[in-house]
Amino acid sequence: MANLTRDDVLHLAQLARISLSDDEVNEFSEELSAILQYVEQLSSVDVSDLEPTNQVTGLTNVMRDDEVKDYGYVPEVLLGNVPAVADNQLKVRRMIA
Amino acid sequence: MAAWEPVAEIAAKVRSGDLKAVDLVERSLRAIAEKEEYKAIIAVTADRARERAKQVDEGQNKGRLAGVPFIAKDNFLVFGAEATAASNILKGFNPPYQSSVIEKLEAEGAICVAKANLDAFAHGASTENSDFFTTLNPHDKTRVPGGSSGGSAASVALEMAPFALGTDTGGSTRQPASFSGVVGYKPTYGLMSRSGIVAMGSSLDVVGTFARDVKDASLIIDVMAGRDPLDATTIEREEKGYIDLSGDLKGKKVGIIKEYMGDGLAEDVRGQIEAAVAKMKQAGADVVEVSLPSVPLALAVYYILCPAEVSSNLSRYDGQRYGYSYTDAKDLSESYTKSREFGFGKEAKRRIMIGTYVLSSGYYDAYYKKAQTVRTKLIHEFDEAFKQVDFLVGPVAPTTAFKIGENANNPLAMYLADVMTVAVNLAGVPGISIPCGTANGLPVGLQIIAPQRADRALLEIAMATEGVLA
Repeated sequence: MANLTRDDVLHLAQLARISLSDDEVNEFSEELSAILQYVEQLSSVDVSDLEPTNQVTGLTNVMRDDEVKDYGYVPEVLLGNVPAVADNQLKVRRMIA
Repeated sequence: MAAWEPVAEIAAKVRSGDLKAVDLVERSLRAIAEKEEYKAIIAVTADRARERAKQVDEGQNKGRLAGVPFIAKDNFLVFGAEATAASNILKGFNPPYQSSVIEKLEAEGAICVAKANLDAFAHGASTENSDFFTTLNPHDKTRVPGGSSGGSAASVALEMAPFALGTDTGGSTRQPASFSGVVGYKPTYGLMSRSGIVAMGSSLDVVGTFARDVKDASLIIDVMAGRDPLDATTIEREEKGYIDLSGDLKGKKVGIIKEYMGDGLAEDVRGQIEAAVAKMKQAGADVVEVSLPSVPLALAVYYILCPAEVSSNLSRYDGQRYGYSYTDAKDLSESYTKSREFGFGKEAKRRIMIGTYVLSSGYYDAYYKKAQTVRTKLIHEFDEAFKQVDFLVGPVAPTTAFKIGENANNPLAMYLADVMTVAVNLAGVPGISIPCGTANGLPVGLQIIAPQRADRALLEIAMATEGVLA
């Protein structure tokens, strides 16, 4: 039975790259436990003879020609929403201290 | 404000010059301003709408939707306004291109006038999860309009425009249509392109249509349906298309879903559904009770698969590519975590966390894979049911519109609002909500469901049913 402790929530937050306030950690440990307990009703369902469904309309290997198409966009427009740009490239913070 | 004429009639009059697109746009913008108190709208696209209307009036577009104003849920990319998905993290996002379905509607002369409110990133059933404000129900301002496409549903009910677009991942078009008293259509998975729409649960998301009646909805669907090279999950449209509908209820085999008529259903809703089904029967439909035993598990399946897909789709909001970016970070890692902490609302965080949990090593088989396999079981039950009957019917939601704030502090109670809609998304089949009377003054929707790729047949029976309910 899933019962998420504060430490579990902090670990999940780290995996999801989200920092949480102290209040959120407390709230989530309760709420997420309740949601997980609800979905755990599936554990008793027997599906031993079935395969998982990944694509519901049965499409497989949808292919297209590998060619460059001109959609008429200029890089400046496509980069217009990027928080920091340098020389038409995304500028990010340093990764290694 | 007078009701809009049927969509095909408006377009015909614009083509013949009897109506001016510029006047239609002004009429729509005026209705939006007059009904501002309902908070259905996040932004208007007035400048671009007026510009496009002028072009239509100059004869540059003689399309099937010439001059017809419409409203798009704010998770569609449309030129002329930011696309925020009602989230703080996307505030200020200017679409560099448009959704494929918007392009198709514009090619036929339709004009987007506004962007409608939603639960942020379409996570919710009431619009209360919007990072900006809650939309009020058009029939009772103390109640929610449903969600997540609550702004779109309310905008059509309030006659702000003749039609609106939404999305439906677990009921987000059918449920607000039911709560707000309009028609809401959820197509077969893949019938319409999702290119240029903010992704939520990619194995579930579809484009939803809101209109006042089935005929209007079918014309909009006909314009939008079909393959799009920009969305590899799209399917071929039916050869006959989705307009010029005919047929009646005589001899149609209809199964009422037993599991949806059980204890969880409010008595006043049950009364309206039973009365509607009785009228279908009187009109010649052959009605039987059908059981889909795994349907009660659908919500649990959905609340594993949907958050899993949400956590994946929302990983792109990291403060680097677009949207809100935390500027005081000491390094890249802190820029990610703080941008996401301050940018996302509580429900988005909740779903990301659940999704991360069910996809994490050690839990994947027990949750995600198990849910995908129960999904198969559910699909098989729909297949079996459709061997016995042509269509399935039932309620859209267990209750009428609930009070604002009623479920706000209990996420699990809010999730239960989706209990009668999620199975359709999991099975990829089409479903529609049509108004079938009121209970204590609040609209009730009747849900009709058809097999995959039977969208035309579904629209035909919905139109016939609408006729006998009127």
